[in-house]
Amino acid sequence: MAKIYSKKKLVIPTMKPRKEIVSFLLNYSKALSIIKGNKMSFEIIAN
Amino acid sequence: MANVQLPDSLLVYNYVEGDENALTILINRHQSKIFGFIYSKISDRDISNDIFQDTFIKVIKTLKSKAYIEEGKFLPWVMRIAHNLIIDHFRKNKKMPMFRETEEFSIFSIMSDDSPTIENKIIREQVEIDLRKLIEELPADQKEVLVMRMYQDMSFKEISEITGVSINTALGRMRYALMNMRKVIDKHQIILTN
Repeated sequence: MAKIYSKKKLVIPTMKPRKEIVSFLLNYSKALSIIKGNKMSFEIIAN
Repeated sequence: MANVQLPDSLLVYNYVEGDENALTILINRHQSKIFGFIYSKISDRDISNDIFQDTFIKVIKTLKSKAYIEEGKFLPWVMRIAHNLIIDHFRKNKKMPMFRETEEFSIFSIMSDDSPTIENKIIREQVEIDLRKLIEELPADQKEVLVMRMYQDMSFKEISEITGVSINTALGRMRYALMNMRKVIDKHQIILTN
């Protein structure tokens, strides 16, 4: 029997994060604004 | 024209300039790669979702604060953030990442259980019973010294004080006790090993 030296590839099916996570991130991004001042930055999250 | 794919660098630029839709495209484009990478290390869907979320919160904050330097390496940069958060997760839980069992590698080759097996325990008990029987066969004076030394962990000085003999006599008795036991063991071919 010939030896197979190549490693078995681990088949990882395409996975995606939960839809709620993506939607949360997009909403968070829309709500967030960062204002940079002198040596300081302010994060403002709009409701 | 709908199929034209904008490069990451342009999308990042647009996003920094206020185009929220650019982030949607970036997330949709890379989500499976990034999530797959996190899941391959964590092996837990819920925790992977949390780390994915934290990764992009950092990405969003960095981009919005205009601290990201565009070098055409958006995906490797996000992967690096995810990687660091994965390390933080393991540090927090003081857990090593899971080893996957493959044909070439078995986890048991680097891990072993040092506690005695049931068989070893039974053998050990049997050896101790045999030893006790042998000790019972010894002359009383030798038995007394051996028991005090081996089972009661006394020094020869203490033994000599209790038995009222000199230290040298106690040592001699101990020596004869061991010699006599060896003789009996050899004679009867007793195996006293675990």
